[in-house]
Amino acid sequence: MTLLAIKDLSLSINGTQILHNIDLDMQAGEIVAITGESGSGKSMTALAVMGLLPQGASPKGTVTLDGTDILQTTEPDLCKMRGNAMGMVFQEPMTALNPVQTIGNQVAETILIHEKTSKAEAQKRAAAMLHRVGLKVLPTRYPHELSGGQRQRVVIAMAIALRPKLLIADEPTTALDVTTQARILDLLRDLVREFDMGLLLITHDLAVVADVADQIVVMQKGQVVEVGKTKTLLANMQHSYTKALFKASTHTVSLPDTVASAPMLNVRNVNRDYPAARKTLLGAKPTFRALHDISFQINQGERVGLVGESGCGKSTLTRAILGLEDVQGGEITLDGAPVFTGKRPNLAVRRKMQVVFQDPYSSFNPRHRVDRLITEPFHLLESPPTGAAREDAIAKALTDVGLLPNDATKYIHEFSGGQRQRIAIARALIIAPELIIFDEAVSALDVSVRAQVLDLIADLCRKRPLAYLFISHDLSVVRTVTDRVMVMQAGKIVEQGETETVFANPQNPYTQTLIAAAPKLPDLGVAV
Amino acid sequence: MIRYALGRLTSLIISLVVASIVIFAVIEVIPGDPAAFMLGVNARPDTIAALRAEMGLDQPLITRYLDWVTGLLRCDFGQSWTYKTPVAELINDRIWVSLPLAIYALILSTLIAFPAGIYAASRRGGAGDVTIMSATQLGVAIPNFWFAMILVLIFAINLRWFSAGGFPGWDNPLQAIKSLTLPAIALALPQAAILARVMRSSLLDMLGEDFIRTARAKGLSRRQALWKHAVRNALIPVLTIIGLQFSFLLAGGIIIEQVFFLPGLGRLIFQSISARDLIVVESVVMLLVFTVIIVNFLVDLAYAAVDPRLRTKA
Repeated sequence: MTLLAIKDLSLSINGTQILHNIDLDMQAGEIVAITGESGSGKSMTALAVMGLLPQGASPKGTVTLDGTDILQTTEPDLCKMRGNAMGMVFQEPMTALNPVQTIGNQVAETILIHEKTSKAEAQKRAAAMLHRVGLKVLPTRYPHELSGGQRQRVVIAMAIALRPKLLIADEPTTALDVTTQARILDLLRDLVREFDMGLLLITHDLAVVADVADQIVVMQKGQVVEVGKTKTLLANMQHSYTKALFKASTHTVSLPDTVASAPMLNVRNVNRDYPAARKTLLGAKPTFRALHDISFQINQGERVGLVGESGCGKSTLTRAILGLEDVQGGEITLDGAPVFTGKRPNLAVRRKMQVVFQDPYSSFNPRHRVDRLITEPFHLLESPPTGAAREDAIAKALTDVGLLPNDATKYIHEFSGGQRQRIAIARALIIAPELIIFDEAVSALDVSVRAQVLDLIADLCRKRPLAYLFISHDLSVVRTVTDRVMVMQAGKIVEQGETETVFANPQNPYTQTLIAAAPKLPDLGVAV
Repeated sequence: MIRYALGRLTSLIISLVVASIVIFAVIEVIPGDPAAFMLGVNARPDTIAALRAEMGLDQPLITRYLDWVTGLLRCDFGQSWTYKTPVAELINDRIWVSLPLAIYALILSTLIAFPAGIYAASRRGGAGDVTIMSATQLGVAIPNFWFAMILVLIFAINLRWFSAGGFPGWDNPLQAIKSLTLPAIALALPQAAILARVMRSSLLDMLGEDFIRTARAKGLSRRQALWKHAVRNALIPVLTIIGLQFSFLLAGGIIIEQVFFLPGLGRLIFQSISARDLIVVESVVMLLVFTVIIVNFLVDLAYAAVDPRLRTKA
């Protein structure tokens, strides 16, 4: 029986056309995945089904859920349907819950607004539902006391408390670690089976799509370009965009060989302690050890990966290597000189290192022009280039990353996410550092853009010897752009070795879990 | 929660000690010898010296500071040089005008600001929002003494609903409240305008949060989501402003007390400064600082009551 039928749905917001003639059919108990890159209209389609479109939106067509056309339903009736006939789970579990209410009350609220029942009864059912989604903490806890995965379970419990016929999940695992992601996907799959719900899964992650969906809908620029049963579609892709998308997500680069070279960065027995909150009013402040006895080397021209889940100490290690913070044990040297002297980074060493951060949208000052942004590392130099030499350096840095010299006079908002990440790389390259740290540098990018940036990195490696530390939670990316990889867990390096060896034959149990949890695209053979 | 409260209490005590030192030091370094001032320009130096000894001004600084502070702890504020009465009595007479006035004004301002701010936020961009925002713009811009005179003109002189000034005392509470009404309104309206704007913008911030979208996806209407999820979260910045405003209402009533001839702390401090009656100035300022610090302490506790995340922090 058809649960949800979207027919000829078009949507414009304040005159801008967002969706064009979307058609979609799903059955009860079916998992349908909508996939595509950012801006393809995936989330707007989901919001149209929930009747939660932003102000100024004018939808056309029909969205029929179980015989009711959502687009023709009045707001009060929609309120009765939301949470009852349809539930929704969002991407960001850290902000999706009200911080000042207990999780039990928030789940009970779904029950209380739709059913005439006592508060105690609703609390009891909420507790049962929290238990069902695998949450092992009391319903009286507040969201800030929970981890991201636990919060996402609360959001799911809220959405399914009344056993809706349709559950919409908008990038439900994108903000989570791979092992947590695997568990949440398992939970969703089990719930669909148990409650006979339809699940509309929105995700950009094709490996997740291939793994869980019965049916795939590929969207591009507000249009559905391809629909099909997962197996059939994967085996026989028709549309060029679908092919390009899958190709980009399995993209590999070929790095030039490294030549045997001298050690450059040396991290020896490093400990890093943070002060924690006092347990008693006047007692000594306890410390939290974020890095335990970390030791590794990076040679000249070597490409090293660092993987691990959030909170394992990756960022702490980055800050320590950059000399931004002192360490409480061991030492970090670059070319034999310590990275941290007294109270500040050692400038002589600091100019040999640069960093590229994750978020291309917030890591630039919006009031500065590109030339000023990318020449910022010049202040590390004793005699920075001026006049024509400076112009040349800017032009060279921009052409090196595939941009034009006259982009220098533009402002950052004029560039797309991928272009911004190129600018970030140009900023790192402009003083020809010996070591670049890529801190989740491609994690926020769409697959096709990510493939281009990875190509750019490989290309740069071919042009000059470039050593980098590539930090990422995305194992497939680390596998293709590094020679050696380190696996970090709870502040310790639990395994390190040649990238291929570690991935093909992981020795540490944690590495094994991590690799097993990562969703993989099936071997697509000649289809792409 | 208890650890949080103890932590705030510790910082309260430290603030009080620091404040007492600063107040004492500032009053000591300002020019003008009270003894010379009291005796007039033709006084003989030995008379001035005798008076200084009588007033304790010849003692070392540290002794005078400790005397003053230990006196404060026993509620003994010393003797006023000009009024020749204990300062405690002077303050006791006047605090029962200033404190009720400040509380009255604060209640009025909250009662006006909360509904106005919430209404404006829930109808963002609509006619109601625009009207309220224009009114608050005006409220922020109008000086309260001018507004006070307009109130007197309309309600006391023309309509004769209220008296134009003076305070009859608390023997007849109804009469007392009535005489504080116009001053309270004059004090409250500009504060309400600020508070309403803060309430509105804080609520609008909250309405853009993800958890409001979650609440809507549960089936709450826009209005329910606003009341059940946004308002409590929006209170944090609003509480901060309320704390600051109370301090202003208590200490800043000087002009309004002049306009309405109210025998409050503002008038007392004004007269004491003119007469170089330093002991009164010191004591009243210390009292105001004490109240402000206590109010901030209460605001801190209110934060923790509103936001569970603060309870776990020390």
